[in-house]
Amino acid sequence: MSQKNWNLEPSLESAALLKLQDQYELFIDGKWQAPLSKKYFDSINPSDESKLAKIAWANEADTDVAVKAARTAYENVWSKLSGAQRGKYLFRIARLMQEQAKELAILETLDGGKPIRESRDVDIPLACNHFFYYAGWADKLQEAFAGQQISSLGVAAQITPWNFPLLMLAWKVAPALACGNTVVLKPAETTSLTALKFAEICQQAGLPAGVVNIVTGYGDTGAALVAHTDIDKIAFTGSTAVGKQIQKACLGTSKKLTLELGGKSANIILEDAPIDQAVEGVINAIFFNQGHVCCAGSRLYVQESIAAQVLAKLKFRLQSIYVGNPLDKNTDIGAINSKKQLETIERYIKLGIAEGGQIYQPTCELPSKGYYCKPTLFTDVAQSATIAQEEIFGPVLTIQTFRTMEEVIQKANNSPYGLAAGVWTDKGSRIFGLSQQLRAGVVWANTYNKFDPASPFGGYKESGFGREGGRHGLSAYLKFSN
Amino acid sequence: MEILKTYKLYIGGQFPRTESGRSYAVKSVNGEHIANVCLSSKKDVRNAVQAARKAQLAWAGKSAFNRSQIVYRIAEMLEARKAQFIEELQALGQSKKSAESEVSMSIDRCVYYAGWADKYQSIIGSVNPVASAHFNFSVPEPTGVVGIVACQETALLGLISQLLPVIIGANTAVVLANATKPTCAISFAEVLATADVPGGVVNILTGQPAELLPTLSAHMDVNALSIAPIESKLQKEAQAEAIDNLKRVHIFVEPLYVKKAQGLPYIADFQEIKTTWHPIEQIAGGAGGY
Repeated sequence: MSQKNWNLEPSLESAALLKLQDQYELFIDGKWQAPLSKKYFDSINPSDESKLAKIAWANEADTDVAVKAARTAYENVWSKLSGAQRGKYLFRIARLMQEQAKELAILETLDGGKPIRESRDVDIPLACNHFFYYAGWADKLQEAFAGQQISSLGVAAQITPWNFPLLMLAWKVAPALACGNTVVLKPAETTSLTALKFAEICQQAGLPAGVVNIVTGYGDTGAALVAHTDIDKIAFTGSTAVGKQIQKACLGTSKKLTLELGGKSANIILEDAPIDQAVEGVINAIFFNQGHVCCAGSRLYVQESIAAQVLAKLKFRLQSIYVGNPLDKNTDIGAINSKKQLETIERYIKLGIAEGGQIYQPTCELPSKGYYCKPTLFTDVAQSATIAQEEIFGPVLTIQTFRTMEEVIQKANNSPYGLAAGVWTDKGSRIFGLSQQLRAGVVWANTYNKFDPASPFGGYKESGFGREGGRHGLSAYLKFSN
Repeated sequence: MEILKTYKLYIGGQFPRTESGRSYAVKSVNGEHIANVCLSSKKDVRNAVQAARKAQLAWAGKSAFNRSQIVYRIAEMLEARKAQFIEELQALGQSKKSAESEVSMSIDRCVYYAGWADKYQSIIGSVNPVASAHFNFSVPEPTGVVGIVACQETALLGLISQLLPVIIGANTAVVLANATKPTCAISFAEVLATADVPGGVVNILTGQPAELLPTLSAHMDVNALSIAPIESKLQKEAQAEAIDNLKRVHIFVEPLYVKKAQGLPYIADFQEIKTTWHPIEQIAGGAGGY
């Protein structure tokens, strides 16, 4: 059974709703400002390689202007508002985002390549909810940290990744503003558009000028921002390698740092698990958002007694996965975010084969234009294989088996990362037991890739430090004095 | 004739000499010889880390209530040896009054943290009201093995202020003692050894931070560092080395030997927050008991 036989009628979301500009400037001090660098870069639609817009490329001088605007806004306006007043702005932003959710979803899909179903049902609603959630914290911070002396930090530099552009913006901007800080945000270069749309929403909300500033650009823009001497806080989501560079750049400064970095998360199926549910869960764990998920369940561990059955079901299920136009509501796997990322994934797939892994991909046709990758399984993978150790950030799953609980705990923890883990079993006590033993910041039982504004998210070990979400997420944006 | 004590290291519950065979003299403020202590080597650091790692799982596996009693026992043992510590501090140059005050504050601090062992979880942890049918909860878990560069100003209180929140949180520790006043730290190891603290939970080395800290901060099996004020170049180097495996580094700029240098944040600094999503069965037609 191949995908071709499904003959699905295309069900395309119309992009007509969008009013894309040809060119976007920097959003500084409440206004659109042409970059001092005079440079622009193209944002590409990864589903067909067409150009979406020209976007300003901020340099050091631009980031300096943005930080100054944020500092002025912090000192003159934002730090003087009461928590309740800050909260009202955030509630207003949440509502404005909800009203324009459809537009944001389409924009996110066009710019990043993720299936419209995901941006519509996951990314955008969660981003809105995050603002709504933290809005309510703004006037309850002292209750959140009873007995401690807390204050805002000042200016926060925030650098977001390309996999969940608006959602990661929400995870960073909402708690920062709730805690009384102002922000300079640098979105990833391949996915700036929803952040720029968010700038419009800030204007619609009447947010005081300079409280949120958005500087677009590549890694050099981010580096200039990180190096700026007048920022008090850096929040970064991205690769472990860049996270370490940022730490090095901050040495000897008092900048407060939170890092949400890479992962190689274990997804464990025990023999008593509800198998069909687990197979669906594995699909969601690794193929959600093309596998561009820091907490993706990229290492599958199946108990030996059910391994053959699980593998057969996975292969069967793979045949009905629809890879194609992200704007098509039938699509399960959209476009890989960029050409560069597609090359990285393809390099890992070749390496997986070279190192002795058995590859399985379904027979399906990929669109002729754009960046696409078939969902990929690897069996016969050694624990030491590169594809079982390194983060691929694509739709590639390694499958290994185990016999005992001790063995799988050891294998799962045998990684420098510790972001997330999945556990599939029918037994509640086993869920708690395994959760205690897995060195990971998030453990999903009989589910995977679930997120909620009330639920803290973040890693152990080289997956970073600090939490985003929930009451714990506030600590990242507060100063604690003794 | 007085029998003088041989000051050795404290690793894995044992009191070995440094493998390097080296020692250095500790002198009083007047320049009188107090004792020869071990000048630890890099290899001693690695041995201590190994011992700390080996002990961590079992220490974290004890009930929090049990850890509470063990740490309380430290206070009891310290109380019993009060006179010895006061004497030792005086020998290092402190007035009797200041020595008495430091020891009694140290005992109080042990009692204070003993009480936290089974309580911080309720305050740092949370049950989170997520939108889906999940019991979603966050609990603190120990970061793991913590390297401690002890306060270089005080011989006892600073060390206790750093160590107690680390071990009460189910971490294990490798301590680099005050370099110029190391005798109290080793006497404190004797307290630990008689207070039912399992071997390896606390490991104490004497020597030069400049020699030992680079090994500790670069060690891939150390998860966090607690650094009291030291020379800034040394501190910066340690921070740089720590990046390799993303150690959690806490630099204490405020003095650790004052009354207020204790509290929940000192425990929370060496905890990781784990969030678990546990499914909730949706029972059709259930009226929820109302």
